[in-house]
Amino acid sequence: MLQFDRVMLVVDGFRLQADWSVPAGARVAVIGPSGAGKSTLLSAVAGFLAPHSGRVLWQGTDLGPLDPGARPVTILFQDQNLFPHLTLTQNLGLGLRPDLRLSVDQTAQVAQVLDRVGLSGMGTRKPAQLSGGQIGRASLARALLRARPVLLLDEPFAALGPALKAEMLALVAEVAAETGALVMMVTHDPKDALAFAELTVLVADGVAQAPRDTAALFADPPEALRDYLG
Amino acid sequence: MARRAVAVIAISVAAFVAALVLLPLAAVLWRAGVWPALAPGDGQALWFTLWQALVSASLSCLLAVPVARALARRRFFGRGALITLMGAPFLLPTIVAVMGLIAVFGRSGLVNQGLGAIGLAPLSVYGAQGVILAHVFLNLPLAVRMILQGWQTIPAERFRLAGSLGFAPAQVARHLEWPMLRSVVPGAFAVIFVICLTSFAVALTLGGGPRATTVELAIYQAVRFDFDLGRAAMLAGVQFALCALVAVLIWRAVSTPGFGAGLGRAPVLQVRGLWHGLADALAIGGAALFVLVPLAAIGLRGVPGLAELPDAVWQGAARSVVVALASTALTVPAALVLALRVARGGRGAGLMDAVALLPLASSGLVLGTGLFLMVQPFAAPSTLALPVTVAVNVALSLPFVYRLLLPEARVLLSDYGRLSASLGLRGLAWLRLVALPRLARPLGFGAGLSAALSMGDLGVIALFASDQTATLPLVVQRLMSAYRIETAAGAALILVGLSFGLFWAFDAWGRRYAAV
Repeated sequence: MLQFDRVMLVVDGFRLQADWSVPAGARVAVIGPSGAGKSTLLSAVAGFLAPHSGRVLWQGTDLGPLDPGARPVTILFQDQNLFPHLTLTQNLGLGLRPDLRLSVDQTAQVAQVLDRVGLSGMGTRKPAQLSGGQIGRASLARALLRARPVLLLDEPFAALGPALKAEMLALVAEVAAETGALVMMVTHDPKDALAFAELTVLVADGVAQAPRDTAALFADPPEALRDYLG
Repeated sequence: MARRAVAVIAISVAAFVAALVLLPLAAVLWRAGVWPALAPGDGQALWFTLWQALVSASLSCLLAVPVARALARRRFFGRGALITLMGAPFLLPTIVAVMGLIAVFGRSGLVNQGLGAIGLAPLSVYGAQGVILAHVFLNLPLAVRMILQGWQTIPAERFRLAGSLGFAPAQVARHLEWPMLRSVVPGAFAVIFVICLTSFAVALTLGGGPRATTVELAIYQAVRFDFDLGRAAMLAGVQFALCALVAVLIWRAVSTPGFGAGLGRAPVLQVRGLWHGLADALAIGGAALFVLVPLAAIGLRGVPGLAELPDAVWQGAARSVVVALASTALTVPAALVLALRVARGGRGAGLMDAVALLPLASSGLVLGTGLFLMVQPFAAPSTLALPVTVAVNVALSLPFVYRLLLPEARVLLSDYGRLSASLGLRGLAWLRLVALPRLARPLGFGAGLSAALSMGDLGVIALFASDQTATLPLVVQRLMSAYRIETAAGAALILVGLSFGLFWAFDAWGRRYAAV
């Protein structure tokens, strides 16, 4: 269970509150207007922003003292999820050993995961030689290797067209099912939320509201969500 | 744990740099004791130092403006090559530049031969006018590059707008160029002023005497000829106060001293008209001749001398290469650690930044005198000449390499800091897999700069060296003062080759391994 225990986040005078929890393995959409604090919420889980007060806990353990890399979390950013000067194999290998001293088994594992996401034989390519969709697949492949119990998606597929984005979300669902991970996905699009997430967190007016059943939420949207949807 | 280790390394490097600058200063001030009376010659040295720096910096900037403007608005064959060449004097060993100038402007140089042919009295390249001439030769190209960069920061759209509104050159100057110059020229002036304040090699070779001695030269003479360490210490204190004052003024006034990167773009604005054409041709032709002819003279004079170089030259060359490589090996990692630490921000970053720039407030001979005073009770200074030279070169080139790396380190952390952290990539693995590949280009350029500056440095070594520890620039200077001009020219050619060769090798290495 991921728990926000009376969390207050403060960034340059902007404040965001959260006080709720979501069960392990859930699929959660985070929706709300731009600048409302969706990414800020994810930053607090990933370890880039320490709460001003309150705690973020995973299975009862406070994440506060842990460095980003030591948290049970994988995060995909909007861009720059891969190092442009490293090959795909190296970029994925970082998910297994950050110093890249991979064993033979681990190298085989990387190749296997590349196969799994449809990038067979592309291990020696660098990110500049890949399409946007392929970069998304590679980032997800690394999430698969890391197999952390929490997967945070900070709009990594925002630049992709609708068909590719749907394909990526399907892949995310597969990865989540395989690793049993809790997925929190920032999105602007109610359709993504409805298609992918059973729970939705609405972030608006300085509050990240407790997650609600996605279908129920959109069937009877509260005022803040109605304003956003227009 | 790893984070703690990084912090400890950064603090150690900063402490070492601070000690390297401040301990010699403390030794100087302690030895100078209560303010001793200025000897009359010392007051004159201070006065000469100030006014020659003022005149040199003013002339460099005034002459640079028409040259930069002509380069900014003309397209011609060899334009790119000429701009690249303008970067050469910054890397050229000062002693070699002086030789080139003597070949052109000296008693039997081209200019005086020309004057003699039409029956005019010869000009002298020695004394105040020689010092200023050499400073303009060394710094005019730097000023041109800095001001040209200013021209190129004016967006092309503005020039197009000016063109579509039918602006005459006078109006372009008033609305576009004058505001740019007002922001760029003071920075160029300040940088050149401080370079000329600490001028030693030029004053040593072309100046001297009561009317053309800089404070740096006076310090050297007090140590080397009068063995008056108290007076040397007092002069060093004066020099430090002067440099520190100017360095603080610069840092408040100048936001971004650039080295003139990316100057190859084609000009946007084309100006028509005979007078403008003539003026631009004159500016470009004059500047090209002024830079090229002395460089060519070094080459022409040096080649015959290559045939019979004494062993001292080769030994000096070997020592210089070792000194340059050792300085580079210490400077670049220190600059990298400080740049990464300051880019990361947080508490103490401001202090680290100040420490990295602290050496700018000192000078070669101030550091040298302090170190001389420190080692003298324990060992003969000449036995430590090379280590001391390395230490001083590290201190003096650190601020340049640091300023080069800092913006790149900031970009690295803002682009890939979070990704690295989320993957648990840190410490040595982060250095090897992320920082070094992504910073290879500025690291290579910085290493080249550091090696070339160190290779050509003629400052503190003159204070310490015996015959057995002379570096190549000092060997060249000694050959010159012994009037062995042909040999000196041959040795100078070797020196130029090694300086540019080291610069080129490091820079090419950086480009080769630069991450794409």
